[in-house]
Amino acid sequence: MKKAEDRRQNQECGTEPRFQTSDFRLQTFRTLLPFALFALALVALQLGLRAAGREYCLTQLTMSLYYAIVVIGLCLVMGYAGQVSLGHGAFFAIGGYTAAVLTTHDFTRYGTSGWAAGMKAAHVLTARDDLYGNPILTASPGAAFCAAMLVTLAIAGLIGYPALRLKGHYLAMATLGFGLIINKIVVGTALFGAADGINGVPEWRLAPGLTVSGRSALRVENYYLAGGLVLALLVLLRNLILSRVGRALQAIHDREAAAGAMGINTAAYKLRAFVLSALLAAMAGVFFTHYTGGIGPSEASAFKSVRYVALAASGGMASLWGVTGMSTLLNYLSLRGLFGSYDNAVFGALLILIVSIAPEGPLKPLGQWLRKPFARSAVERRLEHGAA
Amino acid sequence: MALLEVQEIRRSFGGLVAVNRVSFAVQPGQIKAIIGPNGAGKTTLFNIISGLLKADSGQIRLRDRAISGFKPHQIVAAGIARTFQNPSLFYRMSVLENVMVGRHSRTRWEFAGCCLRLPGQPTEERFIRETARSQLDFLGLASLAAAPAGALSFGQRRMVELARALATEPELLLLDEPASGLNPKEKEQLGEQIRRIRERGVTVLLVEHDMTMVMDLSDDILVLHNGEVIAEGPPATIQSNPEVVTVYLGGEFRPAEEVELARLTSRL
Repeated sequence: MKKAEDRRQNQECGTEPRFQTSDFRLQTFRTLLPFALFALALVALQLGLRAAGREYCLTQLTMSLYYAIVVIGLCLVMGYAGQVSLGHGAFFAIGGYTAAVLTTHDFTRYGTSGWAAGMKAAHVLTARDDLYGNPILTASPGAAFCAAMLVTLAIAGLIGYPALRLKGHYLAMATLGFGLIINKIVVGTALFGAADGINGVPEWRLAPGLTVSGRSALRVENYYLAGGLVLALLVLLRNLILSRVGRALQAIHDREAAAGAMGINTAAYKLRAFVLSALLAAMAGVFFTHYTGGIGPSEASAFKSVRYVALAASGGMASLWGVTGMSTLLNYLSLRGLFGSYDNAVFGALLILIVSIAPEGPLKPLGQWLRKPFARSAVERRLEHGAA
Repeated sequence: MALLEVQEIRRSFGGLVAVNRVSFAVQPGQIKAIIGPNGAGKTTLFNIISGLLKADSGQIRLRDRAISGFKPHQIVAAGIARTFQNPSLFYRMSVLENVMVGRHSRTRWEFAGCCLRLPGQPTEERFIRETARSQLDFLGLASLAAAPAGALSFGQRRMVELARALATEPELLLLDEPASGLNPKEKEQLGEQIRRIRERGVTVLLVEHDMTMVMDLSDDILVLHNGEVIAEGPPATIQSNPEVVTVYLGGEFRPAEEVELARLTSRL
């Protein structure tokens, strides 16, 4: 009765949406707008750089976009599920090194055995020439990618399972120790190229006309490939965040006990979010390694893991767009050498500044400050809207 | 058959026995209250039933199914929901989203399906939203749906938490001191809502200090003192139970004859 009355009043005031279809279209437009803007920005950047005759900048931009994937994954586990990981550099390295080893290691001496023939027939192993023109038998990039994902899945599960059954910062400690171990293993093992890392990683033909490669002829293509990958990922994670699973993760972040009491299997959800985010980091590692043709032990250092955390924090932790933007920009500046030999120190200082001055990242307070003279806060508007 | 049967539950923290061999039953459709002075073990008992704490020994059965040792999310799936002494909403979310979280155990889409919006997932999402809205409507909170949970008054948080617990479709609702911190008018509304919840077929078990509300609302009362059951029965019996009165008013319990004797002798 009261509701019907309310509705009538609303209609009289004109607040009730009378044209359902146009309202729906508006909603769809609002949803798609940021993604369209992101795609436009990618295109504009490429055309701008071409016009300025500085298309070579796209190489570092492509690398930054791959790094951004790691930070976006970290945003899911830190910003939404509220769990700190200091081991994402290691997962990136696990992905990259698995792909690099399998696609450069010569399996020729197994070449005559029956299973090797089978693997060749299934395109798991491929014969090719190495840098010096010697014929070698290596894993195909696609198979190496699958192997990298499986290895990451197993390792992330092993690290995350015990650490995430407990409440508190156990994941941060476990991943920090794990990252240091991975770094030592990489530097100390001949198979992983020790301090030199692995070079001569072949290009990866994803599809006809789509190849992950650092060749300058394919620079634009690879830039759009990385951009497209980031865009697709943002769409998928946005869907996730605005769903039952996304709400469950945020509930765990806010109040773990209450989340459990609302029927959420907190340990399982934290673990799944962590494993998913580790897989994203490893995926970025695989693409990055094929793109740059190699990987070195610096990718597995604790500095890199801290850098990813700093980038996630600078983007506002729980904001996919902020994290993507800040991470791409800052990594690009770093790759262009703007921070010189203070590179790692800059990101450390950034983390300290954000934690002490703007825990929600600089973008949100900046946005509020910019809008202040024009509008009331979003909270006020929502409350007023709710009361109307 | 009883809806909930608690049998010989015991739990100690270090040397302190918080709950000692407590047994009781809740009948379907009842409003049952657990009362007792501070530190009597009421909240510990609640935490054990809802799976947040493990009992050292004893059994809990819901509709004759053993649920002791279940994790909190399994308890919710089995049909028991709870609220907390301090309303613990998810403050980063809106009121509606908070209640939508309550639908978690009755819905099924997981990571992959939600990422890809597989056929069926958007429909479920709409269903979650609608049922959460109807829960808010039921408790008269529809106007707050879009408000951020952090911006609510204490009383509103209580009611939203109640809506969130109801969204899990419980058979049994555990309310931990629902009236504490509410003003008299809010208390009256709360009592009314609890009755309406019972009319919907939800059994209610509550811990409460407000005696007026307890006596007014409950069909049955369980009295705990120092972790043990000292009385159980309908409000009228409990009110006149001398042991209960002593526990609440303090002092030694003396049988009625002795009191009468003391009164007579003092006249002499």
